[in-house]
Amino acid sequence: LKKKAALVSRLLSKTKCDLHKLEEGPPLQAMLSREEGLQYYRTMQTMRRMELKADQLYKQKIIRGFCHLYDGQEACAVGIEAGINLSDHLITAYRAHAYTLTRGGTVREIMAELTGRRGGIAKGKGGSMHMYTKNFYGGNGIVGAQVPLGAGVALACKYLGKNELCVCLYGDGAANQGQIFETYNMASLWKLPCIFICENNKYGMGTSVERAAASTDYYKRGDFIPGLRVDGMDILCVREATKFAAEHCRSGKGPILMELQTYRYHGHSMSDPGVSYRTREEIQEVRSKSDPISMLKDRMLSNNMASVEELKEIDVEVRKEIEDAAQFATTDPEPPLDDLCNHIFYNNPPMEVRGTNPWTKLKSVS
Amino acid sequence: MTVTVRDALNQAMDEELERDERVFLLGEEVAQYDGAYKVSRGLWKKYGDKRIIDTPITEMGFAGIAVGAAMAGLRPICEFMTFNFSMQAIDQVINSAAKTYYMSAGLQSVPIVFRGPNGASAGVAAQHSQCFAAWYGHCPGLKVVSPWSAEDARGLLKSAIRDDNPVVFLENELMYGVPFEMSEEVQSKDFLIPIGKAKIERQGNHITLVSHSRMVSLCLDAAAVLAKEGIECEVINMRTIRPLDAEAIETSIMKTNHLVTVEGGWPQFGIGAEILAWIMEGPAFNYLDAPAVRVTGVDIPMPYAKILEDNSIPQIKDIIFSVKKTLNV
Repeated sequence: LKKKAALVSRLLSKTKCDLHKLEEGPPLQAMLSREEGLQYYRTMQTMRRMELKADQLYKQKIIRGFCHLYDGQEACAVGIEAGINLSDHLITAYRAHAYTLTRGGTVREIMAELTGRRGGIAKGKGGSMHMYTKNFYGGNGIVGAQVPLGAGVALACKYLGKNELCVCLYGDGAANQGQIFETYNMASLWKLPCIFICENNKYGMGTSVERAAASTDYYKRGDFIPGLRVDGMDILCVREATKFAAEHCRSGKGPILMELQTYRYHGHSMSDPGVSYRTREEIQEVRSKSDPISMLKDRMLSNNMASVEELKEIDVEVRKEIEDAAQFATTDPEPPLDDLCNHIFYNNPPMEVRGTNPWTKLKSVS
Repeated sequence: MTVTVRDALNQAMDEELERDERVFLLGEEVAQYDGAYKVSRGLWKKYGDKRIIDTPITEMGFAGIAVGAAMAGLRPICEFMTFNFSMQAIDQVINSAAKTYYMSAGLQSVPIVFRGPNGASAGVAAQHSQCFAAWYGHCPGLKVVSPWSAEDARGLLKSAIRDDNPVVFLENELMYGVPFEMSEEVQSKDFLIPIGKAKIERQGNHITLVSHSRMVSLCLDAAAVLAKEGIECEVINMRTIRPLDAEAIETSIMKTNHLVTVEGGWPQFGIGAEILAWIMEGPAFNYLDAPAVRVTGVDIPMPYAKILEDNSIPQIKDIIFSVKKTLNV
């Protein structure tokens, strides 16, 4: 019934892989084992359900502030992680819940961070945009600022000589930032092991790519940095491209740039309905024709790699995991007030912090 | 008639765009999206691409472009989606806008307004909650304005746009939706509030409270509570950070003999610190019966969790506490 051995799966996507200053690109075919397929499916489904639960909790005002959801883009996060190791490094912008998951965070601690509880991955102090794990540098609120940071991580990788690299993500909106071009220059000059990845979801908040960029060929914008453009809705395309890029970096050739063409179903954030600058038809079209989870599911079913029942079973398990996490996230207590002033400095003796008035002196420990 | 702060800003910009062809607005999402916080709602529809310009997410670049346009004779309104993002462009604000008239010995003026929401909001965490009043207030060559009410927003924005100098206009996201009574006089097209003049929002004899932006609301609330206990606070709404209306504060202190400043920003080298220094150096010092005191945000990056955030900024009880300590009651 199910092929237990690895299966050669056709990788060709709707658009072929576009190359810039590269003689050859990633392979057009890839091996997908049953275990891999099921794992990718589970992880993407977990991400999807987690984001939708966050949507719900936000509308109930249990999550506050900014909340930028990733549903639709799952193949990028999962595909990228599948192409690198946990010992590699990764940094992204604020649409970061999914990466927190792939980089070792649990759904429980991600959700509890969103609800601002002490069990949150940043103890409730960071919120949606500021989640960190080992070798994952967030979660960054200022558009584009994470890119020089990522190159800096790559510099450390090269410096420390452990054959690690840094995946440095940014969106189509950020792609026009000057600091990104400054980073391209230095990363290239110094041959830093940095994979720049532009997640092009076609809109920077409410502004379409055509209105923001004189050139929307984001994979070429690195100019002297070789680039490739890949279907970001196809997880195998993303994985193979990432593997290809990682190989490029690890062989000492310097940075490389990947553009992933992807799509977000939600608006920019929860305060953006997402339909004033694009049509519902467009969103629906992507959902029905290019949904990353559906595409993987169809591929596995049509290749007899899984049954409908077992995928349903995964769905049920995922739903339960999300429910449990949401339960935790809504019942865990808020952080204690005496944590207010902690974590100002690292490795520092305890100090006093001024409260709202001169008579209130608060305690701060590292 | 009541008008929200948002609508007051919108109407002020609309009227100034109509009045002077050289005025234009640029920033992220200001045109087709109607503004990230809807402050520029309807303006693109009315004035079109030439006057209302959507920029890419490139603050350093578009702030520089705005300054250049001001140098060459236009009167730009440069919106920062929040002032946190102005840090990406601060060189253009300070070095290109603020200092140029001086460096050129009067040859080159820069009639520009930088506006947007400043300071803490609700749940937006550390990178999106900073108050920049003290940073910009530090720099000669800049005028820095911080409106509280809808009337402030309207009159001060008009003055800022008509001013031939760079003006940093610090709005507050939490105030956008707050409605205020607006008299007929204030609604007139040429209603201007002079930059550099504070306003006494509430008269009182026992203590002077000096504040700006949203904290003025808290001061008035605290004053109402204190009045029930027989303590009458004089609440001064600064309206302008730079130039500082020290005279208004001094005159008040000469009457009340006590001072508490209230701000949302951090304490060190802040607005309250500056006011206290002025008072120390000026004629009002000898009128103080107790040390002047600052109520400020807590000296930490802004946490996300609600309980922590609530305790990171001044609350009404903090103002009341500080007033009573100062009055020794």
